[in-house]
Amino acid sequence: MKIIKFLLIVVFFSITLQNYLFGKENKLTVEKISKNLRCLICQGQSVYDSQSDFANSVKIIIKKKIEQGKSENEIYEFFTNKYGEWIVYDPKLNIQTVILWIFPLILFIFGGLLIIRKVFIN
Amino acid sequence: MKKNITYILIFFLSFFIIFILYKSLNKENVYIPEKVLNEKISNFSSKDLFTENIINSEDFILKNKYSLINIWASWCLPCRAEHEILMEISKDDSIFLIGINYKERSVNAKSFLHKVGDPFDIIFTDKDGTLSINLGAFGVPETYIVNSDQEIIKRYIGTLSKKQFQEIKKIINK
Repeated sequence: MKIIKFLLIVVFFSITLQNYLFGKENKLTVEKISKNLRCLICQGQSVYDSQSDFANSVKIIIKKKIEQGKSENEIYEFFTNKYGEWIVYDPKLNIQTVILWIFPLILFIFGGLLIIRKVFIN
Repeated sequence: MKKNITYILIFFLSFFIIFILYKSLNKENVYIPEKVLNEKISNFSSKDLFTENIINSEDFILKNKYSLINIWASWCLPCRAEHEILMEISKDDSIFLIGINYKERSVNAKSFLHKVGDPFDIIFTDKDGTLSINLGAFGVPETYIVNSDQEIIKRYIGTLSKKQFQEIKKIINK
């Protein structure tokens, strides 16, 4: 009888521990993905930061997708298919986003040249 | 000479900034991904608001020449504002009205429809908002016009206006 009790306790604790660890891992992935997604109806907030209806539903979908075994990239792809590149904070480099990527670089080079010129003239 | 170049540069820079600001001011504030239009709407299923049976969107969209999908909730004031327009559209038999009740208790939704009238032919429930996100929606209210090939012809984010009502009428009476 004692052995059965002991075994039951062991089984119970191992299941609880497994659920806890798995849940924790999932929670971290949900947090990571939701931090990389833009809340489209908010002003400058990520899905993770926002408590809007939109953001909360997105978080539920991320959780469901992870439970279905989808990878991080598959989840980002799902949201970009639905909402376009704007939803991800790290848009891919293509014709539509080329200015976004190159403009800061041009500004940086231009600023650098100005500083160099100023220093040399002085 | 140097001074002139500086003035010209300042002028062009100011012109560029003013042009961008002016353009942005006139730009529609709501972000609508262009790729959604003419794309096929993904099939969705959920509980019927009244019978609580699981229903499938395909079963209704494929059978009708045009379907109007409206995401709504009684707690959402803009949805109440467009209710009258939906009632008007429902008088036309050539369009099938599908409602998606967004994040609401069924009792409240039913009582609202009982008071002001039910324009919908069928209502799906979306308790956690995931059904709407799967459609690519932003929130409530939102309206899609879909043809029998399940293609999205038109999409309206926010309250339907009288102008949009006329537009919908034009589409369905083509």
